[in-house]
Amino acid sequence: MNTRLSFLLDGAEVPFTPGQSVIQAALAAGRYIPHLCYHPEFTPHGSCKLCTVRADGRPAAACTLPARAGLQVDSETEELRALRRTLVQMLFAEGNHFCPSCEKSGNCVLQSLGYDLEVHTAGFRHFFLDRPVDASHPDILLDFNRCVLCRLCVRASEEVDGKGVFYLGGRGVQRRLLVSSESGRLADTDIAVTDKAVEVCPVGVILRKHVGFAVPIGRRRYDVKPLRERALEDAPRGEEGTHG
Amino acid sequence: MSTPPLTPELEAVLDRHGRDPTRLVQILREAQELAGWLPPPLITALARALRLPRARVEGTAAFYSFLYLRPAGRYRVLFSDNVTDRMQGSEALLDQLCERLWAEKGRVTEDGLVYIDTTSCTGLCDQGPGLLVNGWAIPRASRERLDLIAGLILEQRPLAEWPAELFHIDHPIHRRDLLLAEPPTAGEALAAVLAHDADGSGLLAQVERAGLRGRGGAGFPTARKWAACRQAPGAVHYVVCNADEGEPGTFKDRVLLAEYADLVLEGMTLCAYVLGAGRSPTQGLIYLRGEYRFLLEHLQSALARRRAAGLLGRAICGRAGFDFDIELHLGAGAYVCGEESALLESLEGKRGVPRNRPPYPVTHGYLGQPTVVNNVETFCAAAVIARHGAEAYRARGTPDSPGSKLLSVAGDCARPGVYEYPFGVTVREVLADCGAQDAQAVQVGGPSGTLVGPHEFDRRIAFEDLATAGAFTVFGPQRDLFEVVRNYVHFFAHESCGFCTPCRVGTAILRGVMDKIHAGRGARHDLEQLEQVERAMRLASHCGLGQTACNPLRDLRTRFRPTLERRLASLDFAPAFDLDAALARARAFTGRDDARAHLHTDTLAS
Repeated sequence: MNTRLSFLLDGAEVPFTPGQSVIQAALAAGRYIPHLCYHPEFTPHGSCKLCTVRADGRPAAACTLPARAGLQVDSETEELRALRRTLVQMLFAEGNHFCPSCEKSGNCVLQSLGYDLEVHTAGFRHFFLDRPVDASHPDILLDFNRCVLCRLCVRASEEVDGKGVFYLGGRGVQRRLLVSSESGRLADTDIAVTDKAVEVCPVGVILRKHVGFAVPIGRRRYDVKPLRERALEDAPRGEEGTHG
Repeated sequence: MSTPPLTPELEAVLDRHGRDPTRLVQILREAQELAGWLPPPLITALARALRLPRARVEGTAAFYSFLYLRPAGRYRVLFSDNVTDRMQGSEALLDQLCERLWAEKGRVTEDGLVYIDTTSCTGLCDQGPGLLVNGWAIPRASRERLDLIAGLILEQRPLAEWPAELFHIDHPIHRRDLLLAEPPTAGEALAAVLAHDADGSGLLAQVERAGLRGRGGAGFPTARKWAACRQAPGAVHYVVCNADEGEPGTFKDRVLLAEYADLVLEGMTLCAYVLGAGRSPTQGLIYLRGEYRFLLEHLQSALARRRAAGLLGRAICGRAGFDFDIELHLGAGAYVCGEESALLESLEGKRGVPRNRPPYPVTHGYLGQPTVVNNVETFCAAAVIARHGAEAYRARGTPDSPGSKLLSVAGDCARPGVYEYPFGVTVREVLADCGAQDAQAVQVGGPSGTLVGPHEFDRRIAFEDLATAGAFTVFGPQRDLFEVVRNYVHFFAHESCGFCTPCRVGTAILRGVMDKIHAGRGARHDLEQLEQVERAMRLASHCGLGQTACNPLRDLRTRFRPTLERRLASLDFAPAFDLDAALARARAFTGRDDARAHLHTDTLAS
């Protein structure tokens, strides 16, 4: 056997295979780095910046940073924890998030990140953006108020469903999730309730109709186990990283 | 969904671009010139014709300020909203035009005739306020000129029939050095290089010896960039000229493209010779900002002249195997496209969102091929080096910043325009030359640069001191620097592409806080929030826009703090008065000392 490739994450060795990103290798090795727009099944996007680490001193998103032998990665530092808290606060201030009334409560990645990072308030003034819901589709509800612009549904619709139902339009804080049909309504697209795009939303934007609150709050995904445990369970592992 | 067939004019647009999806931004721009806006069925039809997902086409169109997915009026009047335009009275002029035309800012009139709004700096700061009417630049807005424009709009006269004088733009140059010293003769630098350099390695070494650094602001060594690209394997090596001059207050590239087009094109051709070693295929692209639409035909004819003279095309200057040509690409209103990887995305017909790096453009640039992206001025400097030699070039400037720099001088000064200085010139010298008395501050390098006050006017324009892409905006004593910075903060909030959380949300929070302070409701807590947001933006923003967007605020806070604090309604303070201690006598009278006889700040808060 040739020597195992590895880098250091907060001082501890993390093995990797060539082609892996820092976050892939870390999660596979049982080491959690907070993230939101990263999803193991899709091309990394690198936009939420929750997974920002310092690699050899330079800030970089761990999901788009290729793992390199000997790299020194810092993640659990006070500076980066403060950054992640600020980013989560920013997302809570930008969107219209009312966890107690949201069907996704307990299954929501943003909410769980808030708990994980001990973010108790948005801190900043809320933007109160006007984002009307789209209830046109018989089986799917779109509540844009909760969108965090992770682009997972765009990626899923393009990469898995082969449909291109969603896109992100606008710029700056006007940037928002849109439906690509001439009417702009979901009912006028070929989306199906079984599409990957419907399943992948980490927050409460894309919801299945007729099944609301089927699992009671308190028994949901992140109610039962915290986010960091779930993220490690979901991480694909090669033979290299199964020791975790 | 039934899609109406495309009109013959649209078919012609598609054909002219070879139905190539990478030409999408150009196709959308031209389609809009025909229809005035981009209606949903047109998006569907273009998507089908280009075999692109409809969402791709719509998402791209939705990114650019000058592409409209809703009816935008037959006349679109956009007032340049740089701080220099405001200093020249643009806000009152906008109100005047709105009143005259019964229009409301930011809303198309009921009859669909006119739309009046603001836009980011149009690069006419030396002759502002600037306007764009249906994409065509008009300088020196005044009450009289706007009366004339209002009349033309009410008569519904086509733009082609408007007096040409309205669109006349001057290109004032007040100081010339290495670059601007003599009018370039097309082909001279090329001939000099081809005479003794068989594969471009000589020129590369010369550029290295000259110590040329990129003029876009970052100052990356040009020779290192060219060498890395030359070594990178690829089917085609691309030379891209970044003419997306969007930094508010900058206009020197406008002047170079208008008056020194041959120098720019010569520099690009020389770069191509280095990249392709005179043997392997090279191709050039100029990304011209949409605001400079008026330069398009001028540049096209410069290209045609060079082709006719054998300076572009096949076997340049008779050298077999040295083939190179240049295509023009027009932007559509997005500051972020000045960032080189966003610019490449836009060139490929996509949204101008900066790429994840590595890989870098020198190995994986335009269409994944090795690409050099340089500023307009950098290519000019390369041509000057090729013509006059590295030693002559190094003789000017400082050891760390050889050569000269073009400055776009505007604001409170007697002679705005372009000034070329050797690097190392002090702020004070420039102020004296442009006729600026009593300046209280100068914004060097635009909002993403540095705001300096009088105690720093002996600092030097150089990469090792005040680095700049070229803006030099002067503020006289009558200006409120808080409002200057607030204008810049609004600019970044408008131009953030929205891709990453820290910049998208951060720039909007900063705007909100600055507006709150402006309204007289600021407190110390707001300054703390500004700093919290700034830390996140500097650390985690995806590109230079977000990382530098806080610079004006940083400078206001550190160099002009009283200007900022004067605007606060209250400074947080800890009272010297101790409530609990004040109750000591009462406790003594009643003989109590239990917990409920004490006041604690935490019980007070609950």
